Amino acid sequence: MELICPAGTPAAFHEAVDAGADAVYCGFRDETNARNFPGLNFSREELKQAIAYARKKGCETFVALNTFMRAGAEDIWYRGAADAIACGADALILADFGLMAHVAEKYPEQRLHVSVQASASNPDAINFLVDTFNAKRVVLPRTLTIADIARIGKSIRCEMEVFVFGGLCVMAEGRCSLSSYATGKSPNMNGVCSPASHVRYRKDGRDLVSELGAFTINRFPEGEAAGYPTLCKGRFDIADSSGYAFEDPVSLDVMGELEALKAAGVSALKIEGRQRGKAYVAEVVKVMKAAVNSPPEQRGALLSRLRSMSEGQKTTSGAYEKRWR
Amino acid sequence: MQLIPPLLTRPLGVVPLVVIERICRLMFKRIGTAHPGLFERLGEHKAKRYAFLPTDVPLAFVVEPASETIFVSRKTAELAADAVTEAPLFMLLALMEGRCDADALFFSRDLSVTGDMEAMLAMRNALDASTIDLSKDLARLAGPFAPLAGRVIGEIRNRALGGEATAWN
Amino acid sequence: MPERTRPGLTLGPVYYLWDAAKWRDFHFRIADEAPVERVLIGETVCSKRQHFIEPHLAEVVERLEAAGKEVVFSTLSLVTLARESKQIREMAAESDHMLEGNDLSALAVLKDKPHTISPLINVYNAPTARLLASRGAKTICLPPELPFASVQEIAENCPDIDFEVFAFGRMPLAISARCAHARSKGRIKDNCLFVCGEEPDGLPVKTLDRQSFLTLNGVQTVSHACQSLLGELDDLVAAGIRSFRLSPQDCNMVEVARLYRAVLDGVMGADEAIAGLQKIYPAAPLSNGFHHAREGAAWVARARNLQAS
Repeated sequence: MELICPAGTPAAFHEAVDAGADAVYCGFRDETNARNFPGLNFSREELKQAIAYARKKGCETFVALNTFMRAGAEDIWYRGAADAIACGADALILADFGLMAHVAEKYPEQRLHVSVQASASNPDAINFLVDTFNAKRVVLPRTLTIADIARIGKSIRCEMEVFVFGGLCVMAEGRCSLSSYATGKSPNMNGVCSPASHVRYRKDGRDLVSELGAFTINRFPEGEAAGYPTLCKGRFDIADSSGYAFEDPVSLDVMGELEALKAAGVSALKIEGRQRGKAYVAEVVKVMKAAVNSPPEQRGALLSRLRSMSEGQKTTSGAYEKRWR
Repeated sequence: MQLIPPLLTRPLGVVPLVVIERICRLMFKRIGTAHPGLFERLGEHKAKRYAFLPTDVPLAFVVEPASETIFVSRKTAELAADAVTEAPLFMLLALMEGRCDADALFFSRDLSVTGDMEAMLAMRNALDASTIDLSKDLARLAGPFAPLAGRVIGEIRNRALGGEATAWN
Repeated sequence: MPERTRPGLTLGPVYYLWDAAKWRDFHFRIADEAPVERVLIGETVCSKRQHFIEPHLAEVVERLEAAGKEVVFSTLSLVTLARESKQIREMAAESDHMLEGNDLSALAVLKDKPHTISPLINVYNAPTARLLASRGAKTICLPPELPFASVQEIAENCPDIDFEVFAFGRMPLAISARCAHARSKGRIKDNCLFVCGEEPDGLPVKTLDRQSFLTLNGVQTVSHACQSLLGELDDLVAAGIRSFRLSPQDCNMVEVARLYRAVLDGVMGADEAIAGLQKIYPAAPLSNGFHHAREGAAWVARARNLQAS
């Protein structure tokens, strides 16, 4: 199975390639991709050089253009696609039907992957994208169990890529407006979730309080592991009790299920984290690559060292396990 | 946990502030020369002021990317900065070199950030995108303060990063 | 320019789990009294709930149609199980009613059949709208998140498509494989005992500082604030929007529909209608932030003094 690794900067890209990534995914420094964070991502020139470096080392480059085109500004996305293809991208990762149609029509030879943001969670949906846009691979939403994935794999006409490590969306991806409800900025439209521009950390006595826009998201007592100020991992009051209404600050780790994923027909394993530093990328890719190449019984020991790098310093197998629901 | 041995912090307490600032500016300038595009990624956030407060040293460092200047002061209540990062000194240096992941340090509560998060995130990413290597970049440091600067940086790095520093180099 | 027709009102599907008799009587009353042209019916949020309304579907359809309403069947919005896919396929094959797609799988099976597109399908631009129309979509209800500038741009570029805008109700913001509603009561989705039925208008989620924020409805998360575009109807009609969706809350929806109808017909001013709406549905503050390219929770007042809620 291929290992698909994140890169938010050319430096992280090099680390990923050097650590043994089979493919690296990245995006332009604008609103065309879902990690549109300040100071992150690639200029055209940086992408071109990164792709050349990857190619020399036998590694592929996937370019994410996985936000939804802003009405009237579609040219920004069309140019992004044209430039990524000119730079030599091995695949484009797309979410917007209008953009998929454009790419399928103008660049029929270009390999097209369906972003997790497209929310294709069943065979009918996936085959629709294969038949309509000639999609070659789908990144499955993190709403499926491994049994679901195995069943889907039997009846679709393209490859499957699944998230195995890193940030965990609790909500169906590409279908969440929680962030824009609180901040006006959303993953679909702006490529950001719970954006830094609206985050405030406040010390209240010994507690660390995180706020997003006008809303309190969490309160961490001293010494407790913290998480991103994302809405779906906030602590809230429901009726008379306080707690994590949707999910704890936790990140995804299903490396323990590699054999089951392989049996389910998964072609590629995806690591989340384009917003993370190059040290994270280097360490995670190195360990994951070793784990994929190791016999199952040796994987646990290898992977345990990644936990300290995770949100809340905890991991979960998320929806891949049915009881999570 | 006392990460920086008192032996090392004591001199900083007695060295006049202007001298420390001169050393820092020298180092800062040297890094700027070695990495000309360093603050390009900051975009609109280039005009802001960034404070770095080592939790184990009684000094505050404020970086002003627009004027390519660093200011050093004793820690006081009032700090004219848009965004503030607090962590042990060795972590701040490791972050500068992209040797550790800021998010992971934040999750573990070793690092805290206040103020303009977007600006600080941009700074984090700009530093991470650079290939700053203090020992390499400062090796060619010259002038009367060079030996002291070299000793301080070298000492902090070696002690703080311990065995891992060797692995990384 | 296309011919300007009288803008219509559509009653969206009931997102919440209501007692079956309540659900039936609600629709009977809509049939008899509400000035709406189109009514969406059918479970949209959770396939586990489907059996509750089934015994009453036929009589509700009959009553609505007898009253001259167009009935459209809503489909599931998160399709992961084989039986969920199968159900949509069977509905597409057998139903003599128009269906509304809420998930990509519906787009696949509804190809070349006239259908409608729900606000839960991502239509953010004209090329996407045209693609869906070319496959048989007749009406597209745009996502609540869209700012007016986008709505205007899309409508202007697709004059042949009927666009609808989500104009009343708590906004659907997210859906998950995990049921936060069941979890909040110590259960999980698989053994939920339909505890979401205990809150016919959703379960409030407040921040640790006791700010009202979100509302749980089974696997769906909706806003605490209630979208109200009464003050924006004129602009939307001028932009070419042909119908407005009223999403059922646990309140007098007949009166809600009458208010919207009155404003559309120009017989009531928006300010008076907004005051009336607050009385009909006092459970939540009103919001219109998304329309004004602000945070969705915000209320942008009509006067020159813009203020957040």
